[in-house]
Amino acid sequence: MKNILFITLLLPLSVWAADYTIVIKDHKFIPAELTIPAETKIKLRVDNQDPTPEEFESYSLNREKIISGRRKATIFIGPLAPGRYEFFGEFNPKTAQGVIIAK
Amino acid sequence: MLAAAVIIFREVLEAALIIGILAAATRGLPHSKRWLTSGVIVGLLGAGIVAAFTDVIGEWASGVGQELFNAVVLGIAVLMLAWHNIWMSSHGAVLAANAKNVGKSIRDGASECSILLIIVGLAVLREGSETVLFLYGISASENSDQSSMLLGGMAGLFAGVAVGFIMYKGLLRIPLRWFFTATGILVLLLAAGMASQAAHFLIQADMLPSLAAPLWDTSMLLSESSITGMLLHSLVGYDSQPAGMQVIFYLIAFILIASGMKWIGRIPQRAKT
Repeated sequence: MKNILFITLLLPLSVWAADYTIVIKDHKFIPAELTIPAETKIKLRVDNQDPTPEEFESYSLNREKIISGRRKATIFIGPLAPGRYEFFGEFNPKTAQGVIIAK
Repeated sequence: MLAAAVIIFREVLEAALIIGILAAATRGLPHSKRWLTSGVIVGLLGAGIVAAFTDVIGEWASGVGQELFNAVVLGIAVLMLAWHNIWMSSHGAVLAANAKNVGKSIRDGASECSILLIIVGLAVLREGSETVLFLYGISASENSDQSSMLLGGMAGLFAGVAVGFIMYKGLLRIPLRWFFTATGILVLLLAAGMASQAAHFLIQADMLPSLAAPLWDTSMLLSESSITGMLLHSLVGYDSQPAGMQVIFYLIAFILIASGMKWIGRIPQRAKT
């Protein structure tokens, strides 16, 4: 019984979160603007199609994750209050800019 | 070029500040500089290895390996800083009394030195692996301004190291009477900030609830991308939009280490009277 409880605690809190995908290509996010439902946890898949690594970073979302070249990564986001949440690619901040809009 | 300088500066800053503070905090401890230097070398080697295995680490624990790795590295660093600080609070008085010639009077100086190596090694490893990946990205792309970006990166590296050095020199100017209290407080805040960062990664991995995200928002007042914001982030763990859970981790680490310092610090005084 104790073990089951422990394993449950280790499981991600939201296995059933909805999926969204953002592609990184030529050091840009596509789409650069993503609308998601407010007050809901989502699973953001970031698909880096560039050969070089990128770091997905956002102060307002409180997230930072390195994605190697030609790799995908999953980032859990939310639940968010309605609003705009900017993010950027730390390794290419000039071109890699995007925003998540929670409605 | 400036962008590259800022990125490298940000990565180097935190490790440089930690090294600067620890180099000062362990003044008078025999061979502490040698151990610090070894820590930097071990950390750089580790950074290269971690960078090379980014994908492997990332795939652990169904895709949240990177977060877990960072949280574990930060967690170990917090424990080591806590140990260092509690140890110093019982030996700081001795070190301050005869800063020049303590050598053999400190019994467990050797274990304290290996702790130094681990703290510095982990700081360099964590910040260094991102720098390695960034530099790899520059060299792998067919960008025309490659050399100017590398030049910018070097400038950022030197600026970061310079801040760490200024921190060290500045701390040494503090009168000995206050010195170990000052470095003790700095290390305490470093450790609490790292505990909050560890919580940040566990929340990102979806293994901890965020409990109010963000708890407050001071990004309009002081952005984390400003120089002051960066410095405060590295030194005291400033976060403009922290999750509630981060603040809880921060406070728990702060209270536990501070009480440990107080409790241990009292013992030698009592023995004297």
